[in-house]
Amino acid sequence: MSDIELLAASGAETAAMISSGEISAEEVLEFWLGRVSGDQLNGYLWKADNEAALAGVNVDGGALTGVPLAIKDIFCTEGVPTTAASKILAGYRPPFTATSVRNTAAAGMPMLGKTNMDEFAMGSSNENSAFGPSLNPWDTGRVPGGSSGGSAAVVAGGLAPWALGTDTGGSIRQPAGFCGIVGLKPTYGSISRYGMIAFASSLDQCGPLTRNVTDAALLLDVLQGRDPCDSTSVGIEGGVSAPSADRLDGLRFGVPRALIGEGIEAGVLARFEDTLIRIADLGGEIVDIELPHAGHAISAYYVLAPAEASTNLSRYDGVRYGLRSSDEDLLSMYEVTRDDGFGPEVKRRIMLGTYALSSGYYDAYYGRAQRVRTRIVEDFNTAFSEVDFVVTPTSPTVAFKLGEKTADPWTMYLSDVFTVPISLAGIPAISIPAGLAEPDGGGPELPVGFQIAAPAFAEQGLLEAAYALETAIRFDGSAGLAGGAA
Amino acid sequence: MIDREQVLHVARLSRLRLTEEEVDTLTGELSSVLDHVDKLAEVDIEGVEPTSHVVPLENVLRDDVPVPSLDRDVALSQAPDPHDGAFRVPSPQAEA
Repeated sequence: MSDIELLAASGAETAAMISSGEISAEEVLEFWLGRVSGDQLNGYLWKADNEAALAGVNVDGGALTGVPLAIKDIFCTEGVPTTAASKILAGYRPPFTATSVRNTAAAGMPMLGKTNMDEFAMGSSNENSAFGPSLNPWDTGRVPGGSSGGSAAVVAGGLAPWALGTDTGGSIRQPAGFCGIVGLKPTYGSISRYGMIAFASSLDQCGPLTRNVTDAALLLDVLQGRDPCDSTSVGIEGGVSAPSADRLDGLRFGVPRALIGEGIEAGVLARFEDTLIRIADLGGEIVDIELPHAGHAISAYYVLAPAEASTNLSRYDGVRYGLRSSDEDLLSMYEVTRDDGFGPEVKRRIMLGTYALSSGYYDAYYGRAQRVRTRIVEDFNTAFSEVDFVVTPTSPTVAFKLGEKTADPWTMYLSDVFTVPISLAGIPAISIPAGLAEPDGGGPELPVGFQIAAPAFAEQGLLEAAYALETAIRFDGSAGLAGGAA
Repeated sequence: MIDREQVLHVARLSRLRLTEEEVDTLTGELSSVLDHVDKLAEVDIEGVEPTSHVVPLENVLRDDVPVPSLDRDVALSQAPDPHDGAFRVPSPQAEA
C-alpha cells in the first residue's frame, strides 16, 4: 500500500482496503492527518489531532469504519470550534453535535477537521470567509467556489477522501463543479438540519462532496433519515445503495435550452454538449423542455433566502454566545456587536431580507417571491411529467480568479443561475465532472460540472444515471489531487 | 431603488450600527440588487398560492414526554458574561 494509492483512493476503496486488512484504520487516519497538516489551500479552519479525530467515533461502525471525513464549519461539533467562518462566532465551542456529524461518527468515520466556507454559507467563491478564502487546487489563483469551497478544495486537493457540505442555492454543487469532484444536494427533508447553523431554513440541506458517485451514495445513506430534532426531516424511504447502472436506455433527459443561453462560457457549453452526446450513446433520450419561470429564480431567491437569513441571524446579539463588542447599553451592545461581527455580504443580506419583510414592502417582495417560487415548483412538476431528469451545466463558467467578481454582488449571484431553480423546487441534484475547459479569454484548463436533477426523493435513480455517465466520462482528477499539500 | 433614509431605517430594524461609509455603500448596492429583483413584477402570480415549504408535512407530533435538556452550566458556558446562573446584559439605558 503506497501513499499515492491511498491519496487517490475513494472512500469506498479506502474502506475496502481497511476491511481486507491491507492497511489498518490507524494507518489511514495517520496518513490523512499528515496531509491535513500540510494544507496549502486554507481549506481547514480547524484541524483535528488523533484524539479529537476519534472523539465519539464508533470503532465498529460498519462498512465505512475508519474512513475519515472533513466537515464544513457550519456543523456544530461539541467542544470543537465552530464558526461558520464568521468573526461573530470566533472561539465558539458548541455544547452539542449536529445530527449529521453524529451519524458519520456512528458509522465509524473520524473527523479530520472543519472546513472553510463563505461566512454563514453566503457566497459563491469562499471570498466571504472571515478567515481568508480557500483556494482551488487546480489553480491557486482561482476560487474553489462556495459556499462549501473548503470542503470541495480539500476533497479535490487530496486533503480528505470526502467531506460534508451544505447547499442552500448551489453551495455543494457549484464548488464541486469548480474543483472537479462530485457534489450531491439531496431532496429537502432527506437529511436532518439539526445542529447545522441556519442560513435559509426552507432551502438549507446537508450533502456529500466526494471523489465519485459511489461515495456520494454511500455517504448519503449514512446521513439520510428522520430525526426527532428536525421535524422537517423525513429521510429517504428504503435508503440508498451503491449504484451499478451502465446504460441509460429508456431514460429521458430534459434540457431547458432557454435557460442555458447568456453568460455561459464557450468551453462550458462545449463540455455540456459532449455530455449530452454521451447520454445518447448510453441509450438515453435528449428532450428540449421549458422551465418558463426559471429565469426569475435568482431574483426570487435573493428575496427569500435573505428574508429567512435576516430572521435566523437575529440570534447573534452578544447575549448567549459569540462576540460581544460593547457593554455601553443594551441597544449599543446589539448594534455594535453585529456591525463588528458580521462581514459585508452577511450585512448586505440581512439588510435586504429585513427590507423585504418590512411593513409596506412585504407583499411586493416576500409575498411575490413566494408565489414565483410556486411557479418554479410547477415548472419542474410539468417537466417531470415528460422527462426523468433535467440537465444543465452546473455553473455558467469554470472557476474564476480571486477578486474577479467581488465588485458587483449581482454578478456573483449569477454564478448560481442553474443551481438556484432546483433549490427553490426542493428537488435533488448532483454535479459530476464533465471534463476540462479553458475559461473565456484563455487560461489553464479547469473542471466543468454537469448537473442532473431528479424529482423529489428519486435519489437512487439520480445516482444510477450519474454513475453510468461518470463511468463513460472517465474524468481524471489527478492534477487537482496533487495541488493541495506541501 | 432604496434611499439613504430607508437604509438607515432598515439598519435600525436589523440592529446594525453601520458606519457612514457602510451606509453609502449599501445604498448603492441594495438599490442595484433591488433593480434586478423588481423584475419579479413581470411574473403573472394571479391566483397563485405562496410556497413556504416544499415537502408536504402536517402535524409532526411527538409523545409529550419530558426529556432532559442542556444543563444550565453548559448552556451558560459560551456566554460573554454569565452571572449568577443567568446571561448578564448591560442596562437598556445608558448610564447618565
